[in-house]
Amino acid sequence: MSSVSTQEIKKEFLKSKLGLTGVFILSGLILVSIITISVIPASTFQEWNNPEKWISYPKTSVPSWVNFLSSDKIPEHKIINAEVFQSQENGIFLTSQQFGVSFEYDDFPSDFIFEMETKYTDSHLVQIKVLRPDGITLELLSTSLPHSDNETIHNQRYFSTDSMIKKNLNIYKNNFDFDFQVGTTEIIFSELYQNQIQKGNYVFIVDIYGIEKYVEILESKMILGGKAYGLMGTDELRRDLAIGLLWGTPLALFIGISVSIGSVVVGLIYGVYSGYKGKKTDEVMMRFNDVIYALPALPFLIILAVTISNSIFLMIGFLMIFSWVGIAKVSRSMSLQIKTRQYIEAAKIMGQKDSKIIFRHILPQLLPYAFASIAISVPAAITTEAGLSFLGLGDPSFPTWGQILHDANTYGAAAQGFWWWIVPPGILIAITGLAFVFIGNALDAIVNPKLKR
Amino acid sequence: MGLKRYLVTRGLTMFGVLMITLLLTISLVGSNMDTILKQGIIYQVRAEITENTTIAQGFNNPEEFEKFVQQKIDERVKTLGLDTPWYSPQRLGFTMYKILILDFGNATFLTSDSGSSNVGEIIFEKMPKTILLFTTATIIISIIGIVLGAASSNKIGSKTDRITSTFAVISSSFPVWWIGMLMIFVFAFVYQIFPARATPSIEPDDPGYILALLYHMALPVITIVLIGFGAWAYLVRNFMVGIMQEDFIAAKKTIGISKKKIVYSHALRNAAPPIVTILALSLSGSLGGAIITEAVFDWPGMGRLYFEAISVMDLPVIIGSTYILTVLFLVSIFIADLLYGYFDPRVRTSS
Repeated sequence: MSSVSTQEIKKEFLKSKLGLTGVFILSGLILVSIITISVIPASTFQEWNNPEKWISYPKTSVPSWVNFLSSDKIPEHKIINAEVFQSQENGIFLTSQQFGVSFEYDDFPSDFIFEMETKYTDSHLVQIKVLRPDGITLELLSTSLPHSDNETIHNQRYFSTDSMIKKNLNIYKNNFDFDFQVGTTEIIFSELYQNQIQKGNYVFIVDIYGIEKYVEILESKMILGGKAYGLMGTDELRRDLAIGLLWGTPLALFIGISVSIGSVVVGLIYGVYSGYKGKKTDEVMMRFNDVIYALPALPFLIILAVTISNSIFLMIGFLMIFSWVGIAKVSRSMSLQIKTRQYIEAAKIMGQKDSKIIFRHILPQLLPYAFASIAISVPAAITTEAGLSFLGLGDPSFPTWGQILHDANTYGAAAQGFWWWIVPPGILIAITGLAFVFIGNALDAIVNPKLKR
Repeated sequence: MGLKRYLVTRGLTMFGVLMITLLLTISLVGSNMDTILKQGIIYQVRAEITENTTIAQGFNNPEEFEKFVQQKIDERVKTLGLDTPWYSPQRLGFTMYKILILDFGNATFLTSDSGSSNVGEIIFEKMPKTILLFTTATIIISIIGIVLGAASSNKIGSKTDRITSTFAVISSSFPVWWIGMLMIFVFAFVYQIFPARATPSIEPDDPGYILALLYHMALPVITIVLIGFGAWAYLVRNFMVGIMQEDFIAAKKTIGISKKKIVYSHALRNAAPPIVTILALSLSGSLGGAIITEAVFDWPGMGRLYFEAISVMDLPVIIGSTYILTVLFLVSIFIADLLYGYFDPRVRTSS
């Protein structure tokens, strides 16, 4: 027990390499949190579990920086805009949308989707074909827009997985020297002599024929589904993992810091009061402390999450219930020592209230210890929350790191080799924990000089 | 205060904790339990009546029939004592009494491997596997930890010491279950050395079962040891460093006993009490963590049972396994207390 002044702590702390490393990492995490909250729209995390929002993203793509590391170029996810040409011949009004793409990757794209919003009346015929680098044109699909008597706005998506496309491709079977038991993209983007990628410029053409009028294209794009996307790749549900990981940062900090501050404050006041009062009060309070200490925390947290609520705010409260106990024990023994000092005796004789003595004279002395314990107890809170989320008991309205790992486990990411889905969340959990451990240990060494050796 | 008195006080506290845990568990799941039981009765009564068509034909209008059905349901609710709420003293007392004598009733959904739905049987089938996994891991951890800790305390500031300390801090920051996922990814799929699921696929009465179980246990044990031994070594080192500064060690040094002998025989023996105590405590701590670890490795123990019971809301199993987990937890805390009291006479004398 020592009374170290704030100035001294600051001076000593600046000397500690470990502590500074911790502060450095923590400021990085805080910076990321601030950027996330202010730059990334909140709708991205609110719609984290809404599959509709992520439909134009690729499925389980590796991070795109993997391409810098390997000699084989993995196709990146591309969204291509159309060039629109209109022409008229014999009363047929042709609107042609052309999507050109230079495909220089070493693997087939996973799929493609045409998305368009059109305004038209009457019937219109749609023809989709592709012009390959070797000059061959493949007709993919002939269909029509639904008939409408008055002017209508229509949204349409054409998927490469459409069985009609596969059927139409079968016409060209004799041109190719391999078995057609592969996906549509693996035929369209293949060489003729064997099933191998053909590099070069592809032009996808969507022709819309009208009889009396042109169709009006309001919006149109082609999504060429790659196998590499963004900074962190995507998961099985096509979600951009970078966004989930970014939002996880402020959430983890919020959970960790609020649980540790809450439990340290409660534990400190409880312990100091118990130690200061002594006798029967102390006995009863410490028995209660023993009871909470002996409760198995994780089973109880699980039951609480299942029966009461898994809201993140309640979860913070539940975590606090189990984490103030140790701090109460230590601060009790500290207050037992402090209360025997003469100035406390003097204050008592002068008739000061108990609450005043505790808050004015005892608690301030424990502050350095309190800060060290806040820092030290953050990692446990973060890992426990992550563990609960991992079991699927997390708050579904917030994407935490634990939940990303839960999804990874549910979809068998380990079995399928989706390392980018498993590795980053765990590393982030550990780094966040380490930052606080470093800061806490550095503070602890200053507050308890005994440990310095 | 003698050791006896100390143990009695601790024992009473433990028993109190057990009762409070039980009461808390029952009150958290009690209302759900009632609803589920009542729904079960309604379903059962309706099924019985629809099977027996003659009963339905005896009524003129549907209202009268409904009244009859309701009457039947009420009768059965009353015979089962469900008409008083779960928090009424006699029902609460009865439930707690039954749990105390280890009669947990029947599971709603889950069954044991042998097909029994008796909660007690399910739990006692799973418990040995949890104990096997975590005791094995804890023994390995403590052996590595003590050897490494003693070695680092022998040469403070040496390479071994610094690596151990760094490893202790870093390894304890990673969640065990995440390392588990990584280990499965690397050693079960990339390099197919160990099986991905820790449940052996052959039947328990097969002679090769024990070997298969050990083989399936390898990956979880390696993971738990990898995460745990660093912190242990660090702890042992700190105890040893404390003891090495005591006067009697200094005295031994002046006599001329070699430092190596002092560390490994005299200091280590004196560090034993706190080490053994914390060993018992850490075993109890790992039991709670078993829920997540076993879920990752699909280890057929108490933890996975608990997780499965939670996901299908099988309340008798939840109550039963919380009780057993708490008992295990308290027993190891009690043993830790016992050892501490035995080794450290100061505890016995001061209150």
